[in-house]
Amino acid sequence: MNQELVVISDEQVEILLGDLLEYYGYDFTGYSKASIKRRILRLYGLDKQLSFAEFRYKINNDTAYFKRFVEQITVNVTEMFRDPGFFKTLRDTVLPKLGTYPLIRIWLAGCSTGEEAYSVSIILKELNLLHKSLIYATDINPAVLEKAGQGMFAMSQMKQYSENYIQSGGTKDFSSYYTANYSLAKFSDELKSRIIFSTHNLVSDHSFNEFQLILCRNVLIYFDRDLQHKVLSLFDESLEGLGYLALGSKETLDFSPLARNYKRVPGEKIWRKVS
Amino acid sequence: MNKCDALIIGGSAGSLDVLLKVLPELNPALSFPIIIVVHRKHGADSLLPELLAGRTSLIVKEIDEKEPILAGTIYVAPSDYHTLIEKDRSFSLDCSEKINYSRPAIDATFQTAAEVYRDKLVCLLLSGSNADGVNGLISVKAWGGTTVIQDPQTAQVAYMPQQAANFAKIDYTLAIEAMAEFINLLS
Repeated sequence: MNQELVVISDEQVEILLGDLLEYYGYDFTGYSKASIKRRILRLYGLDKQLSFAEFRYKINNDTAYFKRFVEQITVNVTEMFRDPGFFKTLRDTVLPKLGTYPLIRIWLAGCSTGEEAYSVSIILKELNLLHKSLIYATDINPAVLEKAGQGMFAMSQMKQYSENYIQSGGTKDFSSYYTANYSLAKFSDELKSRIIFSTHNLVSDHSFNEFQLILCRNVLIYFDRDLQHKVLSLFDESLEGLGYLALGSKETLDFSPLARNYKRVPGEKIWRKVS
Repeated sequence: MNKCDALIIGGSAGSLDVLLKVLPELNPALSFPIIIVVHRKHGADSLLPELLAGRTSLIVKEIDEKEPILAGTIYVAPSDYHTLIEKDRSFSLDCSEKINYSRPAIDATFQTAAEVYRDKLVCLLLSGSNADGVNGLISVKAWGGTTVIQDPQTAQVAYMPQQAANFAKIDYTLAIEAMAEFINLLS
């Protein structure tokens, strides 16, 4: 229990973030400070770094370690059908409305290891819309995208995911979507066939298409208010009229000047672009 | 003791009863915020803030991300997120890995608050069945804050405050009946 009190100062956090921007072009300066500092401290302790100087040197000179650093300071915790009520609204309200379009383009921003992309794909399949949908699932972090592309998740999670699925209005046998392979559940290739996994950095990259639905859940919480506004504008530029924007359960459009162009779907963190 | 700028109360199994007993006795004009982090099941709309609001005339609300932390308000950590304290004395939320099998983790809030409020922070750890909060109290002490536990003998589940007593330096050990007065005197 006796933990060592590893201390990295706020100034040292700024130094690391400055290095990342200067040497690698990754801009984390608009991230919420408490969260990013916690992630850095966690990694520092996890890798038993001997000194700040050594830690910094390694990040700046060892490409493999730099990758690990970016992977570890961004949060990649996700699950299938997280917040089942949200997915129920997608199933019952949002996606049927989009079903009238000849091609449904969906952007899942900050998709991490892909659990939500596969969840959306399952609902689209059950609504008989998958064949005419495209899900662009993006993340800043290439390592998680590689994992997402494999479509394999821990078997130990399946009980929870199956319960979430049922609560979200799913009526099929959830296990019909994957084949069990020792400790892993491999999801069917059909579900993956309409998902495009690709890197995209919400901080620095531009809009790349127009969508009818953008999902970005539990990503904005890691950004400060200014960066949140910037990213919400990016979503606004990328969303067609009458398209939907879905945020995480503790995130909101309320503080954005864009709010007046949107109408909230009652009871959910989903907004429809009305003008 | 130094002036108190924030009181954070952490608890798990058996802590709700304590809160329900203490809240009605609190001075309705507290000069600092109270932040409550208790383990609970992740459900759609939690009734906890509402339940607590029925016991006090202080404002009780569930925390929103980036919300500034104001005196005289009782903030309740939402389920399934860690609540972190920013240097500018606002909240940020984080849904990273569970800590001590818990999200919210009491440690996360205690530790980030320790560095922000330093010697003007008071953290109180209540009844509970795991050791979440203990590392947090060690940090609080290291940054000069005040550590308080519920007297394990009065706890429905003694493990959590007992672990704190074993591993962290504790300034005050309080019976449930003594808590409200202790908190009111922090003002």
